[in-house]
Amino acid sequence: MIWQIELIILIIVMILAVGALSVKDLLGAAILFGAYSFMMCLLWAIMGAVDVAFTEASVGAGVSTVLFLAAVFRTSRRTGD
Amino acid sequence: MKTIGLIIVILLGSVLIYGSLEFPSWGDPESPASSHVSPYYIEKSVEDTSVPNLVTAVLADYRGYDTMFETIVIFTAGIACIFLLRRFRKEASETRLYRHIPTGITLRIEKKGKFPEDSTALERIDSVWVPHDVIVKTTSRLIVPFIQIFALYVIAHGHHSPGGGFQGGVILGATMILFSIAFNLRSALRRMSERTTVVLSTLGVFIYAGTGILCMLFGLNYLDYSALAGLLGVDPVTARSHGILMVEIGVGIAVMAVMVTLYYNLASAGKHDEGL
Repeated sequence: MIWQIELIILIIVMILAVGALSVKDLLGAAILFGAYSFMMCLLWAIMGAVDVAFTEASVGAGVSTVLFLAAVFRTSRRTGD
Repeated sequence: MKTIGLIIVILLGSVLIYGSLEFPSWGDPESPASSHVSPYYIEKSVEDTSVPNLVTAVLADYRGYDTMFETIVIFTAGIACIFLLRRFRKEASETRLYRHIPTGITLRIEKKGKFPEDSTALERIDSVWVPHDVIVKTTSRLIVPFIQIFALYVIAHGHHSPGGGFQGGVILGATMILFSIAFNLRSALRRMSERTTVVLSTLGVFIYAGTGILCMLFGLNYLDYSALAGLLGVDPVTARSHGILMVEIGVGIAVMAVMVTLYYNLASAGKHDEGL
């Protein structure tokens, strides 16, 4: 496998993880977390675990983002800290 | 507080990285993981179960117990969500918004007003977020059947390609969520009521556990699908393949229903009335 692609995706994963934790807007955090899950899905696919990649894409990037959005919609967009 | 948290996270992270230094490198054929049970699965799974996708064979046949309890965990999550969030008491006095369909005028009916429940000219809309877009509605209505067929393909074709009950069930549930987002929660509840979701999630777990008990009734171990050979009229190897399909269908039904339940309760804050 081309290690440059893996490295780039890993760096993006770390940036997204830190971003999802530090963003004040919870809606933005949910979207960043969805993007993080999608990048993880790409990593699983690169490592050959296609079933895990499929699960990550459908559960992590798909449904859990929607559930986070629903929770944000029912509570507030701003964090306390 | 934040600095203490940061220090704890950095310490924990360095301990984890230090621990992972001892791991065998990725894809090492000499590592314990790939030198004890893995060769058996790689060499024998097609012979034993006639399932080309190794992951499905391990997940639903060799490690059937784990998958059954994973399904039960998801089922428990759905039930816990209902117990935590669902509000059964109806608040009678509330303000509602209605849209007059021929003219597009929005009517606001105050508390204690008379709500036009079964009027064809008035359509109820949400008071917080009002999605009314013909393009979005038509597109999602067109695309939902195709996504559902793809989900059924993922469940049924898990033997040969990546996929299976979990993924297919999530995609099936996502179609219901897409429909609910494009229209509103009430039209989704009319298509699939709360009672249906709870019954379906129970049914999924029942199909999985029932397949195991069926195997016991035919005289073999719990979840040993080769016992079903006489019932299905095939040889024991094909029976294991069909048994995997049976439990995958159970998993798919349970996961789909639980995803929809979670969405209903989260989006409407347990009231099942107005929601995303």
